[in-house]
Amino acid sequence: MKLTSLLGGAAVALALAVSPAYAKNTLRWASQGDALTLDPHAQNESPTIAMNLNIMEPLVRSDRELKPEPALATSWKVLEPTVWEFKLREGVKFHDGDTFDADDVIFSIKRAQSKNSDFKDQIGSIKEVKKIDDHTVHLITTGPNPILPNQLLTIAMMSKEWSEKHDVVEVQDYKNKQETYAIRNTNGTGPFKLQLREPDVRTILVKNEDWWGVKNHGNVDEVVYTPIANAATRVAALLSGELEFVLDPPLQDLERVKRTAGLKVLKTPQNRSIFFGLNVGAAELGSSDVKGKNPLADPKVRRAMYQAIDIKAIGQKVMRGDAEPAGIIAAPFVRGWTKELDQRLPYDVDGAKKLLAEAGYPNGFTVKLDCPNDRYINDEAICQAAVGMLARIGVKVNLDAQPKSLHFPKLAKRETDMYMLGWGVTTLDSHYVFSFLAHTKGTWNATGYSNPRVDELTEAMEIEIDPEKRDAMIAEVWKILKEDNVYLPLHHQVISWAMRENVDLPIIANDQPQFRYAVMK
Amino acid sequence: MLAFVIRRFIQAVVVVLVVAFLSFLLFNFVGDPVNNMVGQDASIADREEMREALGLNDPLIVRFAHYVLNAVQGDFGMSLRLQRRVGTLIVERMPATLELVAASAVLALTIGIGLGVFTGIKRSHWLSRVILTVSLIGVSLPTFVIGICLIYVFSVLLGWLPSFGRGETVNIGGWSTGFLTASGWQAIIMPAITLSLFQMTLILRLVRTEMLEVMRTDFIKFARARGLSNRAINFGHALRNTLVPVITIAGLNIGSLIAFSIITETVFQWPGMGFLFIQAVQFADIPVMAAYLSLVAVVFVTINMIVDLAYYAIDPRLRATVGRGR
Repeated sequence: MKLTSLLGGAAVALALAVSPAYAKNTLRWASQGDALTLDPHAQNESPTIAMNLNIMEPLVRSDRELKPEPALATSWKVLEPTVWEFKLREGVKFHDGDTFDADDVIFSIKRAQSKNSDFKDQIGSIKEVKKIDDHTVHLITTGPNPILPNQLLTIAMMSKEWSEKHDVVEVQDYKNKQETYAIRNTNGTGPFKLQLREPDVRTILVKNEDWWGVKNHGNVDEVVYTPIANAATRVAALLSGELEFVLDPPLQDLERVKRTAGLKVLKTPQNRSIFFGLNVGAAELGSSDVKGKNPLADPKVRRAMYQAIDIKAIGQKVMRGDAEPAGIIAAPFVRGWTKELDQRLPYDVDGAKKLLAEAGYPNGFTVKLDCPNDRYINDEAICQAAVGMLARIGVKVNLDAQPKSLHFPKLAKRETDMYMLGWGVTTLDSHYVFSFLAHTKGTWNATGYSNPRVDELTEAMEIEIDPEKRDAMIAEVWKILKEDNVYLPLHHQVISWAMRENVDLPIIANDQPQFRYAVMK
Repeated sequence: MLAFVIRRFIQAVVVVLVVAFLSFLLFNFVGDPVNNMVGQDASIADREEMREALGLNDPLIVRFAHYVLNAVQGDFGMSLRLQRRVGTLIVERMPATLELVAASAVLALTIGIGLGVFTGIKRSHWLSRVILTVSLIGVSLPTFVIGICLIYVFSVLLGWLPSFGRGETVNIGGWSTGFLTASGWQAIIMPAITLSLFQMTLILRLVRTEMLEVMRTDFIKFARARGLSNRAINFGHALRNTLVPVITIAGLNIGSLIAFSIITETVFQWPGMGFLFIQAVQFADIPVMAAYLSLVAVVFVTINMIVDLAYYAIDPRLRATVGRGR
């Protein structure tokens, strides 16, 4: 009958199946989202940067502690307030054999500053790049820029000759009708070469034997990446032995992975902090039952809401212990962070109720909380927990949890009274936080907060070369922000990587694996 | 006959246009792709400029008109997420979905019809009762639960089958097939089973009901009186007469399989069109969504037309009425 012959055929297929033999030291890994493009200047997005920086390299790269260390530049120093001198590494070749020199640096920086590059704001302070000789360049900035090396950490160097040959001198324009060569092809100087790129299916990297740093290279010969969108399937693939490493195992499966023989979980605090933003600038809140005034504009109300949130409970129950309670909206790696600043106001429900009553809201008020549900770790669950906690002091929160495509436009249009946001500080410097979140004109400042002193200091620290003076400015801004409590800090995210016991891949706080460190035993 | 085909074709075009228009109405509510396209550093001015350039601020009618005009010339635009042509993306992903659908349709039809005939003929047999009860599982369990259970049993516990992907594929003139490699076959087993269970149950029960009906009719009694073998009666005569409703249901199901294999593809990381669509929804990648929904409409109307035409091949009674027009 048809059924038996079908089963018979299936049995034969299974019997014939042989596990494909893998090359020595192949690291197979997966995460939720693939890199969007292999053009290193097109998308300023973490998974894309992570993939590309294994193939291409910047002048200055992050080490394991996220501090800048020499990559394609061996040293750098300030010659004059607006001139930085970078000495380039000699004897470096691109994957296609071309030598790396100052022309490539000038080309790459110009390309990263071009109209369609997603990095142009990050290095907007570079006015000009001058070639002094084949291995020395001067970067001339518009004003003194003390943190220029930090801003170069994700700017990859491309080959001028290769780009001209393949017509990718321009970064892909979103209005283009055709895809450019650089989207699926690369030519870098990095520890791995691209062998195969099938977007959303598979990407294969092979070791670059001619890499300048190859003697410090781990022992991975091949890296095979497959995106697996479904969290359960991703974990299953690790458990079944089809993968060696999963970048983003879901929190609820971490215990399971730890208990499984042959697997381990690495954890580290991330340079991303999660917090609530409050609309303090509006005269009246659109989503509140309070008319004629804005309850969130009163610092007592904000302080009350802060102290009503039991972050320990959220950490234990929602985050299963994987979160660092935060007192400011910047993680410990960020310049300007201090332990004192990161101390939270005490959790005090009765005190909070008193503060609310003093402010004139003994019966509380209503407000709408906008929350993403697919962006941060357990974002919606954290919001739901907070709703319950705020209800205890009388603040009735209506939760609106939506996908990020719908959530973030609300912030952009300034149509939100209370929102959750997570901020990753890529330059590891407090100025990055202030300029986007605290400055009156900050792109992501949807609170309506406007403090002239904060604006003044933020603009001043951008061009202050003296580190002591600059640190004092940073400290003053944090003091003001902590008093004003416009942002209610929640926690710094903790990321977990799951991998086989015999894989030694150090976890890095920016969630971007560097496979040159990987050692497979 | 020709008039019939032409009329149906015109109706099909209207349906596709209406679907496309309704999709565009919905796109106002899917969110903002620009935020997903740029890093968090990008300035407000840049975002606005991008929104203008992509035409996201234009009124609905203008955007719809542009889309239709371009689509008839074969230009479905560029994916906002991947910066590649939408037409290329869909063509790249189509073989994966079509192979999966074909495999699960074959499974569902053969097992469904086979078991349907069996339970229809031997309806008091204990095996029939077991089959019917177990088949309820196929209808009531959601596909992602079935998929994950299969992964857990066959990949994690037993390690027999791969838990994700298509395995090695061979490219034959632009069509990447998984049927020519052992790993391709291994990879398609679980997704095909997951996708086929619902259909299988439906077809099984439908065939069973129809068989029960048909077996009671006079002409079957006469065939038996005439001494025809059981096989000739069951398959030659009875089954033939049950096929009209089965084909309708199977046809519609295949249409919905092609369109909505989304869940199965996501669970098994199967790089097909459904998976492309769900990623487009999450990103608010409007060109991909518009092209996909129009394609789905085309698929459905085509299948419906084929099903209608198939009636004539199967049921001689219908051929007589067509000549007189509707």
